[in-house]
Amino acid sequence: MSRKPAKSARSRASKRAEAAPLAEIRGVSKIFDSGVAALRDVSFSIRSGEFLSLLGASGCGKTTLLRITAGLLTPDSGGISWKRGSRPRETGFVFQEPALMPWASVRANVRLPLRLLGLGGRSADLRTHEALTSVGLEDFADAYPHELSGGMKMRAALARALIVRPKLLLMDEPFAALDEISRFRLNDELLALWQNLGCTVVFVTHSVFEAAYLSTRTLVMTPRPGTISEEIRFLPATERFGPQYRTSAAFAARARKLSEALERAQ
Amino acid sequence: MKQRDLAAPLAAFAILLAAWEVAVRYIALPPQVLPAPSLILQTLGADAGLLFGSLLVTLRITFTALLLATVAGFLLAVLFAASRFAERALFPIAVIFQVTPVIAIAPLLLIYMEPAGAVLACATLVAFFPVLSNTALGLASADRQLRDLFALYGAGWFRTLLHLRLPAALPYFLGGLRIAGGLALIGAIVGEIAAGSAGAGSGLAWRIVEAGHRVNIPRMYAALLLIVIAGVAIFAVLSWLQHIALRRWHASVIAT
Repeated sequence: MSRKPAKSARSRASKRAEAAPLAEIRGVSKIFDSGVAALRDVSFSIRSGEFLSLLGASGCGKTTLLRITAGLLTPDSGGISWKRGSRPRETGFVFQEPALMPWASVRANVRLPLRLLGLGGRSADLRTHEALTSVGLEDFADAYPHELSGGMKMRAALARALIVRPKLLLMDEPFAALDEISRFRLNDELLALWQNLGCTVVFVTHSVFEAAYLSTRTLVMTPRPGTISEEIRFLPATERFGPQYRTSAAFAARARKLSEALERAQ
Repeated sequence: MKQRDLAAPLAAFAILLAAWEVAVRYIALPPQVLPAPSLILQTLGADAGLLFGSLLVTLRITFTALLLATVAGFLLAVLFAASRFAERALFPIAVIFQVTPVIAIAPLLLIYMEPAGAVLACATLVAFFPVLSNTALGLASADRQLRDLFALYGAGWFRTLLHLRLPAALPYFLGGLRIAGGLALIGAIVGEIAAGSAGAGSGLAWRIVEAGHRVNIPRMYAALLLIVIAGVAIFAVLSWLQHIALRRWHASVIAT
């Protein structure tokens, strides 16, 4: 996981960000039974291989939008057209909380998606080990969730999303509850994983810094009803990777740009 | 439990018994008013055949009722989980049975059923509700994000029930079972007393009623002692079951 991504992977990542849309979200609106207008006429595309952030204040419908994208919620109007006709079966989802089954070991938790998809046997064992290793939890396979720290629980949740070898990875403020040191580390590891796996990430966050650090493209959202107010694109520069980027002027400029866009969205 | 945890309640119990024994002997209370603990034990030994036979009768009713209540309560809770309509339609009826004192229903049951069946029905009725309401609550309490995950990977209602909702409901179910165990015994006793001499006169409650008629106070106490021991034992066994089933993961039993 801490391996440095190869140079070729970097340029591939840059190319991928320019690739064809994986999905088109068109005119999605959602009003909850309570009368809260969560989303109004939201349209955007998800491009193959990009790291797309949805940035907005709490309660601006980011989570709703992500759940609609995952097919967990039906919009009142509008819809999603997937490039291949339907959402990839290999979709990973990381929630706000780790949401692990407390009665099951870390191994069983990570393996759950394969079990639900009907994949078992030796190859499932191998993939479970692979997923645990990729987040550095291989020594905790037999532990129970209550024995793990907050950061380790989130790693287990990440491994559970990675085990399907996702083509699409949906993440809902996954690191919001973590301390800053754990969050920085997980951000770096997530970037490395994104590079190595070549998947598309849709990342919901309320943190300007996280969006600036991670994404190739950021959609800024306004609250109640949720709409997209601005799109800010960043090409993944080579120097973007690595912790030193966090202290660079380029990062500060990006963060400022997003911060101003977020301010305008209120 | 650690030995130190047991010491305090045992000491309190011993002091209470000793004070009782001394008081009865010192005031020279006749056993018809208050028998000394030693006399109660003596009576228990003398009437052992009679009383332990009755204990078995009462325990058989209690456990049959607990089993029926558990199966029915569990199945109904699953039905409620499957259908909001069924829950809305049937839950109020379950509540009506729960809030109506069983002692008030017993005479009616005794008209419609054989005494043995009526006693069993009383015990089942009171034990049923905690299993139903706790299990229903547990099935509804499965983590929403985990439900999303199951839906994301195409798990249907039954697989979600089996792999998510039932395990999530287990601690609630076991908690309900522990309450139901005590209530089943209470229901059996209440049913036996209501049945009176019609109940073929063989359960422990009947022994108390009968001994009361004969002013055999020591035997009343001896029968009562057996009921108390049975109640504590049922509670202990069900608590142990809860501990064994949940010790790996649930916050209520994980040693810190």
